This record gives sequence, structure tokens and C-alpha cells, in this order.
Amino acid sequence: MSFNVNSPVLFVVAGLAVAVVLAQSVYFLVKAWRRGVAVGMDPQKLKRTARTAAVFTIAPAIAIVISVITLSKDLGVPLPWLRLSVVGNLSYETIAATNAESAMGLTFGKVSALTAQQYVTIASVMTVSIMTGIWLVPLIGEKLINGVINLEKRDKKWGEIFTSSMFIGMISAFIGYVFCDFSGVFRGVTAGLVPVLVMLVAAAVMTVLGLASKKKGLRVLADYALPLSLIAGMAAAIPLTAALG
Amino acid sequence: MNMNEYFKSVHRDGRIWNLSVALILILVPVVIGVLYHTMPDWNGFLVGLLATAPMYWTVGAIETVTYVPMLGAGGSYLSFVTGNISNLKLPVALNALERAEVSISSEEGEIISTIAIAVSSIVTTLIIILGVILITPLTPLLDSPALAPAFAQILPSLFGALGVVFISKNWKIAVAPVLLMLVLFIAVPALDASTVGIMVPVGVLFTLGVSRLLYKKGVLG
Repeated sequence: MSFNVNSPVLFVVAGLAVAVVLAQSVYFLVKAWRRGVAVGMDPQKLKRTARTAAVFTIAPAIAIVISVITLSKDLGVPLPWLRLSVVGNLSYETIAATNAESAMGLTFGKVSALTAQQYVTIASVMTVSIMTGIWLVPLIGEKLINGVINLEKRDKKWGEIFTSSMFIGMISAFIGYVFCDFSGVFRGVTAGLVPVLVMLVAAAVMTVLGLASKKKGLRVLADYALPLSLIAGMAAAIPLTAALG
Repeated sequence: MNMNEYFKSVHRDGRIWNLSVALILILVPVVIGVLYHTMPDWNGFLVGLLATAPMYWTVGAIETVTYVPMLGAGGSYLSFVTGNISNLKLPVALNALERAEVSISSEEGEIISTIAIAVSSIVTTLIIILGVILITPLTPLLDSPALAPAFAQILPSLFGALGVVFISKNWKIAVAPVLLMLVLFIAVPALDASTVGIMVPVGVLFTLGVSRLLYKKGVLG
């Protein structure tokens, strides 16, 4: 069988693995939903959660499709499809593919045709490198979660502050990241302002939508405030990038 | 089934699913190798792995310890299989918990987080499948320079929107870590998109320390 990075056989192999992951998501959705109903949670609340999550996911998922397109130029479609549906993200997969290709004397972005051996080598490096979380969560996940639950049982107030602090710590790291090119502004390079202004636009839209949703008749806005703010920030990035570089 | 039994069943099922997916993922290159009668280039594999794995394994371990308490049980098993955690699964869970006004350490929070992450995973998978099927007509549109700036700024947009909600509600906790991260990311050129994953646990640990101090002093009520 002659090798091609877009061979139908590779689509079947990747598709089967993606199907298993899809089945896992459906399984956990059904399990959580049934449990929610069994413990008396409002079905409307569960539906609202699902609807908001689905709408919010659309824009980031399209960005993932763009990542598939980017990686497919070197690796064909099936492998990036699998890698970005299971565990991966663009930056991790690009670095792994670059390292694997470079180890065989190839240059990422300049590969015209891979042999089956090169393909299997790249797929192996990408797979083995990225799997820590998949097997580590089964090993230590229960202990970590029980630790947080017990903490809240011992001191409810501190438990709540602990959880909020974890969220704030994570968000503050990403807010810092938004400013990572900001120092260029002092040297007249304005491109570093773009992510900062995008962040401010999204924050402003979120604030306006949050305030508006408190008014009668506009409460539905609260469910879609995050996806709408996300889209507003992304849309603002287009003219901001054109103006500032 | 009480709450403990439910959590135990989530962990049992999660272990079975995740270890099965791990096995399937390992089998993918093996099956391709068998189909095409080839073995990996072992030298290339080792060199590639040595260049990649030490950083990824370290970051993977740090992410596991940092993100699992925020994602909940079901959400963690799913997120660490489907990936895109910081840019999708965690924000979707945070937003859902915030909207439902429940804590991740409660059973309701566990259920809400799992539903949000499962739906997000399903929608993502389906959109990627659609993208793969329509890749030829979609490429000129999605790969166009006109749209590139929008998709390059997803994280600033996302954390601007999420940040304003969480910081306004927890501003006493947020001031110090946000200032620290601003100073670090502006002053240290080495800190960029590739290192933000390592800075998350730094931010989390620092915030927990500040919060504990404020809590002991009675500032946080």
C-alpha cells in the first residue's frame, strides 16, 4: 500500500479514535445529567448550562479548525484532526511536530512529502509527549478533588476563598500574558497594545451586558454575555491590528 | 446513591475511559506502522522525544495538579482527554459555575462543570469534523489574512471577559496577583505565550498565599 499523508486509511484510524473520545463526552454528559435530575436540580438550569457552553464553544472551536489547517500543510489532515481533537492544542502540537521533523533532518513548514516511517515517527513523538494528563488524572485526580472537598468541609469560608483564589491565580497569569509584548510600546512598537486593547474591549462589553442583563426582559443576555464579549473582542482585533500592527 | 458514591463512580468510570483512550492513542502510530509495514525511525523518535517530552511531561504534571481542583472530577477526566483546557474547557466550566452560582467542590458544581465541559467537547469535536469534511472550501476563508488577527486574539478577549467578572467579585484577592503578573510579564522578556502555562501555578500559589494571609487577618470576612 503506497503511503500518503491524506490516505483514506489514516482518516479511518483517526476517525475511530475520535469516535471513542466523542463517546466518552456523551457518556459523561448523560451520567451528569441523570445525576442532576436525580438530586433534584432544575432541568432548566441544566439546559441553560448546556446551551451556553455550546454557544461559547463555537469561536474557539473554529480557531482549532484553523490549527488543523495550519498543521495539515505538513502532516496531512488525519493526524492534526486526531491530535487537536484529543489532548492537543496548536502550540504543543507544532513544537512536537517541529522537534520530530527536525530530528529526522526535516524543516517544519517546508515538508513536501513524508514517508510512512517519518509519519509514524512524528505521530509517535506527538503522542508520547502529550499524554501525561490522560494517565496522571486517573492516578491522582481523586486525591486532589477529595482534598478540596475536605478543605471546604473543615472550613467552608476558607474552602470558598481557596477555590476563588485558584481561579483568580489562573486568570491573573493570563492577564499578565496579555501584556507580554507591552514593553515594546516604550520603544515605539505599538503591536503590543493590540491584545491589551482587545482585552479591554471584551471586558467592557462583558460589563455592559452584565449590567443590561439585570433589567427585566434582558435576563437572557447573561447566558450569552461571555460568547458575545469573546466575539466582540475578536472583532475589535481586526481594525486594532490594522491600525497598530 | 449518595454524593460519595456518585463521586466514586465518576472516578471509576473516568479511570476506565482515560486509560482506554491512552491505550488507543498509543495504538494509533502502531496500527499505522503495521498497515504500512514500517517501524519508527528510532533515532529520530528518541531525539524528537528528548527535545519535546521533558518540557511537556513537566507542564502536563503541573497542569494536572493545578487544573483538576478547578475542573471537578468528571470535567477533569474529559478535559485531559479532549485538551484545549486553558483556552476552552476551563473558561467554559468557570462561566457555567458562575452562572449557576455553585461551587466546584459541591455535587451541583461537579454536575454543572461536567455538563458544560462535555457539551463543549462534543461541540468542538463536531465542528472539527465539519471543518475536516469541508477543509477545501473552508481553507481560503479561515486561513485568510483578514480573519487572522481575530483568531490570534482569542485568549486576550476570553480572559478580558472572564477577568472582569471574577476580579470584580473578588477584587481584594485579585489586586496582588494581577499586579505581580503584570510586572513579571512586562519586565521579563522570556515570559510569553509559551511560558504562560508555567506561570499559571505560580499565579495560583501566590494568590492562595495572599488569600490565606488576608483571611487570617480578617480582611476577607
